[in-house]
Amino acid sequence: MSVSEMFAALQGALGQDQDIREVAGRARVGAGRCVVSAVAADGALWPQEIRKVVQTLEQTAREILTLLQGVHQGPGFQHIPKKCQKAREHFGTVRTQMESLKTKFPADQYYRFHEHWRFVLQRLVFLAAFVVYLESETLVTREAVAEILGIEADRERGFHLDIEDYLSGVLTLASELARLAVNSVTAGDYARPLRISAFINELDSGFRLLNLKNDSLRKRYDGLKYDVKKIEEVVYDLSIRGLNKEATVGAGGEK
Amino acid sequence: ISYFIGSGGFRKRKHDNFPHGQRREEKENVNTPSALMTSFKSFQLELDTRHDKYERLVKLSRDITIESKRTIFLLHRFTSAPNGEEILSESEVKLDAVRRKIKQVAQELIGEDMYQFHRAISPGLQEYVEAVSFQYFIKTRSLISVEEINKQLIFTAEDREETTNMSSSGHDKQAHTWSLKVTPVDYLLGVADLTGELMRLCISSVGNGDIDTPFELSQFLRQIYDGFTFIGNTGPYEVSKKLYTLKQSLAKVENACYTLKVRGSEIPKHMLADVFSTKTELIDQEEGLP
Repeated sequence: MSVSEMFAALQGALGQDQDIREVAGRARVGAGRCVVSAVAADGALWPQEIRKVVQTLEQTAREILTLLQGVHQGPGFQHIPKKCQKAREHFGTVRTQMESLKTKFPADQYYRFHEHWRFVLQRLVFLAAFVVYLESETLVTREAVAEILGIEADRERGFHLDIEDYLSGVLTLASELARLAVNSVTAGDYARPLRISAFINELDSGFRLLNLKNDSLRKRYDGLKYDVKKIEEVVYDLSIRGLNKEATVGAGGEK
Repeated sequence: ISYFIGSGGFRKRKHDNFPHGQRREEKENVNTPSALMTSFKSFQLELDTRHDKYERLVKLSRDITIESKRTIFLLHRFTSAPNGEEILSESEVKLDAVRRKIKQVAQELIGEDMYQFHRAISPGLQEYVEAVSFQYFIKTRSLISVEEINKQLIFTAEDREETTNMSSSGHDKQAHTWSLKVTPVDYLLGVADLTGELMRLCISSVGNGDIDTPFELSQFLRQIYDGFTFIGNTGPYEVSKKLYTLKQSLAKVENACYTLKVRGSEIPKHMLADVFSTKTELIDQEEGLP
């Protein structure tokens, strides 16, 4: 194969448009041996297809987020169970879209295209964790999130949830709960912040066990201490005014 | 409030000092950690294992880079003089050593998604491509294909000791083969770096009185350059970046050929070296070569 033909085949491997590859196939300039690489078909149209499905996932994620944002408003608190139920319905759509995504590329090249869906997947983890927290005030497990999203928890079994994406989503939940603690007080619910405080402190302890590298997960983790601080301040404000004693539900977080 | 003054700062010692939250947790559940803490302990193990593997691959990649670079320096000492064959054999020995490291990389990547660790090994593989394609050019005056490179990166269990280790660790009992596929991008980046070495080869071959190699190199480099131009900006960013340096290397080679053509007939062969030595000094200063 001539050098030029080699490059033409290689360009196909870089994932370019179909018609360019056809033109390249006809190029016959230069000296040297030539091997038309099977790689020419490698990954040509996958990124485009992946992006299309990811956009639909992002749309659904936005819908769920808008729905759940409502819990921060005063009257929103009463409607929490209903909102969770509606959110769960939307996750059905997510599962369908995930099924579609899985078909857009070879199953053993997950990490080659990981960056395409990383953001939306982290967002969806956060939303699932938020729903589960609103329902049960517990931390959703990795396996449970995977089930909600219609994907696997282990890489070996197929399209999976990477542990770092799970942890990133959980950290976003912490920020959301810090905000919820503040708004709970404004709405007159003095018990919720105390429970949120206990939850976030335990989460913080958990994260302290991890040896993180200086990557995006680490940076996001660095934000957790500000969430902890904010919530502690809310709890402090309540306790010095004796408002926590008014709380009807027993507080989980002692000081 | 004093809680915050203590907790925010000492990230390095987060395992030494029990943070407030954990102390509370310890008081409540001395014997049974909560489900959350148990999960996070397993996350710790999973992340540590992943990071350790990544580090091992980075170290292998560095070894691959160093030995490949040394091979390239060795190959620059090649001339068609008697020691040429010696140099080629020695380079083959070196490249075999590099391939043994690549085999270790392949073994680390068994059962893994290669792309998850690609950034760790990419630099080493690019350097290897550069070295092996350099050797191939010296031998055949042509460009090695990525398929040819990958053919040499299929490994089998060599000695009985290795096979015993493999079966005792519970791997499948078939013939143990490992392989690593250099990706098209790594191949292209390695070839782009090769052009820099070929440019140096051109200049130094003139200094040795070899006035044929420059013209061969010029034609060869032009083909490679055409290939890269064809890909243009449609490839990944790193490939486009290399295009600029490649263009400069080609220009230097073309200028050398021009000088040879215009002045070659006027100047006796033994003085050609002088004509080019000034140019070479200038080039060396530009590039900061040792």
